[in-house]
Formats: sequence, structure tokens, C-alpha cells
Amino acid sequence: MTKERFKNIALDGLLKNNPTFRLVLGTCPTLAISSSLFNSLGMGLSVTVILIFSNIIISCLRKVIPNQVRIPAFILIIATFVTIIRMFLEKYVPDLYTSLGVFLPLIVVNCIILGRAESFASKNPVLDSAADGLFTGLGFTLAISLIGIVREILGAGSILGFKLWDFQIGFFSSSAGAFVVYGLMIAIFNSLYSKFELNRNRKNFKQQMVAQLDNEDAATADAVKEA
Amino acid sequence: MSTFIIIVVAAAFINNAVLVQCYGICPFLGVSKKMSGSLGMGLAVTLVMAITCLVTYPIYNFVLVKLHIEYLEIIVFIFVIAALVQMIEKAIKKFVPPLYNMMGIYLPLITTNCAVLGVAETVMDASTMMADLGIQAFGLGSAVLYGIFTGIGFTIAICIMSGLREKVDALTIPKSLKGFGITMVTASFMAMAFYVFALVV
Repeated sequence: MTKERFKNIALDGLLKNNPTFRLVLGTCPTLAISSSLFNSLGMGLSVTVILIFSNIIISCLRKVIPNQVRIPAFILIIATFVTIIRMFLEKYVPDLYTSLGVFLPLIVVNCIILGRAESFASKNPVLDSAADGLFTGLGFTLAISLIGIVREILGAGSILGFKLWDFQIGFFSSSAGAFVVYGLMIAIFNSLYSKFELNRNRKNFKQQMVAQLDNEDAATADAVKEA
Repeated sequence: MSTFIIIVVAAAFINNAVLVQCYGICPFLGVSKKMSGSLGMGLAVTLVMAITCLVTYPIYNFVLVKLHIEYLEIIVFIFVIAALVQMIEKAIKKFVPPLYNMMGIYLPLITTNCAVLGVAETVMDASTMMADLGIQAFGLGSAVLYGIFTGIGFTIAICIMSGLREKVDALTIPKSLKGFGITMVTASFMAMAFYVFALVV
């Protein structure tokens, strides 16, 4: 894997195709779990680990799995890793296990994981797929943690369980608050991203124009020389 | 009778799948552009949920628990749901073509719908939740009833949403808020309205 390719995969997962804000995938856990930063981080990291391993296995088996039964095969692989993570959390992080509740088994039907399996891991080599899993997972973790921070500060007046002040707005702990925070975050991310794209396009355009002018200059210089 | 009403209200309104528990947001956002589409999706989800509860409840209680392999529930459930959806699709196509025309294209999408797997998982723990509401006997019948009315709750939510969206999409709003942003904010107001039902019981 070249450095350029790695950079592209990283930018894709974190920014350009950010699963939560750009593609709006895996919304159910994002809305339901993000009431505190601890839960958000737990959910994000669980998804990242499952995504890396499922991407690696699917990428290894991409030439073995017949095309017609690929979706059930992917789901079986994902479900296996979800079961492993679930057992691991139940044993070692029981607090997180209880607070994630039913959304832990629901990672199986999280569109992010199946989406990456279908659109990336089943077509690309193992290392690329692992990197893609890592960065898509981190993009999801970052996004869900951002929502978690906002909701925990406003809804519970604390951060990671540490009390900041007594002022709290219960609305933000409920699902209605989740919807509104998520919606506004999408809007903010979109407007920042479109500015970023605009700047990059302008820069590219400038470089192109400069290169073109240089070429023209060189051409005229050649013409002058020949004359 | 009161048991029946409590299960119905709890499943369809108080624990509304989309707006309170946040299950099945993907179809809620994706298929709610038109009223007819959302009605078809809602019906398909209701049907699949009812049959899923009917099948997974006995499988969990009489097979997995008996053999002490509860940890396999995720894998078993997802495969049962996938197989069921395929069978339902084939059966409807053969026996009830008008219904197939209405909701057929949504059926394959439901396999990976978290609302269906979610309701299968919740029903397994529902006996404790129902004990809080004063219902002691939670059996197969109650499980299926819970499944059906969770589906109806989903249908109600997605239909209201599509009605609102037809109006909201016609408004002038900031460009970055268009699409998913404004839909989420609309959903938030709907969720607030649904909280009132929690005060009923």
C-alpha cells in the first residue's frame, strides 16, 4: 500500500465519506447510545474493532465467497465478531455492557459495517481493507463522541461522569434531544465541509491555471526560439 | 382486556420503535419521502415483526435456553429473520399479488432493519418490562401482540413523517440543513409529542 493510498483511505473514512455525518449510516446506535461520552466511546470503539476484523476476514475470503451468497456470508462473519465482542464486554466491562444493552447485538445490522464489507473489503486487498476499517471506525467514533459530548454537557451537566455544574436540561438526554443535536451537527458538518471543498477546488483551479500559463509561456518561448 | 390495552399502548406509543427507542431510523429517513411508500414499508415491517416474534420467541425459550447456548442468539435470530423475509416475499408474490405490488420491494430491505432484530431482542427481555406495568403472564401470545403493535407504531411514525416532509421540503431553508438535517429536527419535534403518551399510563 503506497503512502498516497493510505492518506486517501484515511481522509475518506474520517472526512469525505464520514459514515455518520456525510453518509448518515448507522444512525440507530448514534441516536440511542450518544447520551453520554462514555457510552459513545464504548460504542464507537466496539464498532471500530468489529469493522477492522470483519474487513480483514472478508477481504481474505473475497475470492472464495460466491457472489450470490455474499450478503449472508458477510452477515455471518459480522455476527461472529459481534458475539465475541459482546462476550468480552460482558466479562471485562460490565458497566458498558449494561448501558449499551440491546444496541450491542444490533451492531450486526449496522449499515456501516455491511456497507464497508460490500463496497470496500470485498474488492480490495487485506491491508487496504484493514486501514479502511480502522479509519471508517474512527470517523464513526469521532462523530458519535462529538454528539455524546454535547448531549452529556447539556443534558446531565457532566463530562465522562465528572460533574461540571448543577444546571441540566433533561430534553437533551432524551431521544428528542438526540434527534435535534444530530440534525444540527449534520448541518454544521455539511457547511464546514462545503467550505473546505470550495477552498480546495479554488486552490486546484489556481494551480491548474498557473501550470497552463507556464505551458503557454514555454510554448511561446519555443516558438520565439524557432523563429 | 386491560393487559391487551397496556401491551398495545406500550408497544405502539410509549416505547415507539422509531421515536423513543431509535430503532429503524434508516427506513424512517430513507423511505419517508412519499406517503404511499411509507405505508408499504410500514405494513411490510409490521408483518415481518409479527412473524419474527412468533418464530424467535419459541426458538429462544425452547431451543437456545434448553441447550444452554443463549450466546448464539444473535446469529440464530439474524438468520431466522433473513430466511423468514425470503419466505414471506415468495408467499406473498404467489398468493396475494396486490399486496406484493404495494410492499414487495421493501421486503428485502427489512432483513438488515434493526427494528426487526431489535424487537426480537426486546421481546426476550419484555417479561421484566411488563412486570413493571403490572402484567405477570407474558407468553407467546403477548410476544406476538407486542411485535404487531411495535410494527404499527413504526407505521404511524413513518406515515406522520412523510406527511410532514412533503410540507417541509417545500420550504426555503439553509442549504446545509436541507435533506437529513431538517428531517432529524422534524423527528425531534415528533419525538417530543410522543413523550406525552408516557404520561398516560
